[in-house]
Amino acid sequence: MPEALLELSGVHTHIGKYHILHGVDLAVPASGMTALLGRNGAGKTTTLRTVMGLWKASGGRVRFDGRDIGALATADIARAGIAYVPETMDVFAGLTVRENLLLGARESRMDPARLDWLVGLFPALEKFWNFPAGKLSGGQKQMVAIARAIVLPRRLLLVDEPTKGLAPAIVQNLLAAFRELKSAGTTILLVEQNLAFVRTLADHVAVMDDGRVVHEGSMRDLAADAALQSRLLGLALEAHS
Amino acid sequence: MRTPAADLAPAIVVLAVAAAVLPFVSFPAWVTLTAAGLAMGMMIFIMASGLTLVFGLMDVLNFGHGALVSVGAYAAMLVLAPVAAWTGADSLVLNLSAIALAALAAMLVTGAAGLVFERTIVRPVYGQHLRQILVTLGGAIVIEQLLDVVFGPDAIPVAMPEALRGSLVAGEIAVEKYRLFAVALGLAVFAAMFLVLDRTRLGLLIRAGVENGPMVEALGYRIRRLFIGVFVAGSALAGLGGMLWGMYREMLTPSMGGEVLVTVFIVIIIGGLGSVGGCFIGALLTALVANYAGFLAPKLALASNIVVMVAVLLWRPAGLYPVARR
Repeated sequence: MPEALLELSGVHTHIGKYHILHGVDLAVPASGMTALLGRNGAGKTTTLRTVMGLWKASGGRVRFDGRDIGALATADIARAGIAYVPETMDVFAGLTVRENLLLGARESRMDPARLDWLVGLFPALEKFWNFPAGKLSGGQKQMVAIARAIVLPRRLLLVDEPTKGLAPAIVQNLLAAFRELKSAGTTILLVEQNLAFVRTLADHVAVMDDGRVVHEGSMRDLAADAALQSRLLGLALEAHS
Repeated sequence: MRTPAADLAPAIVVLAVAAAVLPFVSFPAWVTLTAAGLAMGMMIFIMASGLTLVFGLMDVLNFGHGALVSVGAYAAMLVLAPVAAWTGADSLVLNLSAIALAALAAMLVTGAAGLVFERTIVRPVYGQHLRQILVTLGGAIVIEQLLDVVFGPDAIPVAMPEALRGSLVAGEIAVEKYRLFAVALGLAVFAAMFLVLDRTRLGLLIRAGVENGPMVEALGYRIRRLFIGVFVAGSALAGLGGMLWGMYREMLTPSMGGEVLVTVFIVIIIGGLGSVGGCFIGALLTALVANYAGFLAPKLALASNIVVMVAVLLWRPAGLYPVARR
């Protein structure tokens, strides 16, 4: 397995009085996509938010590119090269698509070549450039959220359930976009319930249950082992193809 | 694709309210009432605009904002007193220079007071609304009592600059000069805020932060600094509003800011919490209705703010221009 870009060791997270993560150990290899799977409530979203510093780990260590980032503020984690696309997309509804991307760029203007590349990935961006993001459809918002996250080149992209509630045609667009991102060298940690989507994209897989990682390995091995799928996920990938 | 048209309905309502009153009063009285309502609305807007941004961005219910209005009025008075010769001179330039100095002092003092208030009183209670109400109310009481101790409990008269005294008269129509000045200053503040919020990178960050602060942080911005900056700017605007309000009343009392705070809260609620445009329209609507009601049905005037709030919230429960929130 390639060297880990992101490494979580014994990470615990409490939200209020609730103990959500119970010692998460996870290694996300540099380059390629790692899928984080598991039932609802297993702790996948909490893991992403803990990496991003939006919820602080109450124990354990989070290392990114060899550097301990557990104590850093969210803004500093983002500046270290990690981008986050939350499950709720969280586009700024009152801002235009252009303004959403401008915020992601952290500069007064965006790199034109990067912008051309993004528009190639998501042609709808150009069409809705001066349109308030809140008026877009769910799929268009998802594209804006992903584009905003990668308008600056990032080492690691955390994406939480990007296909949730989207029409199949939009999911195909996202599939193509993630393939392009992977080939551009971006490391992706993807939380997803759409197993068919994950199966075509992911190189590595980690399965969570009850706030812990209970399985790590290659996507190919998991896809080939129906018994393992059934034991870990309670279903078979074939059924979702 | 065409961008969606701007929502002009709330502004049209304000115009409709003004037009609806015209058949019931003479034209000169209507002009006087409307000018007075607009002036009052602009003063309330200046006082409320900072508060709505602070609430929108920081989710802080600052009941100490009224006390900062009073501080601004007293700070302005301290500057106006030594330059009484300027305010009393028959020169518009000298008069406006005195006002500019007083406004600068009011904004600097209340901005600094806001910084101290945020660091010492508000910061420990971020995210805790009940505690925010209690501690900011406590802070307001302390500030009012300090004003009381330093300046005394009695009302202090403030001289309005000579050029702003009296009225402009055209036929039977008379409009007080100070009201026109307040309208002009209010429009200037609104235009400046609009330009900053709509045309600058800082404004973009503020608008995004009002919608979803954590996401702004996740994009790599240290939003705490922005919080403090907006709190200081909001406090400075309270001070500017206090100066205007004090000169309008021509007297200062420690409780003058607290007395206007209920109206300020009504305005930011009906405008849509966090919305500067909503605050502007809400302030005009509230003040115009109060003025018209005071003339046409004085017994209803006391309840007019509440009636406006109920009507607006029945029409638009999240306010005239609701801010999209997470």
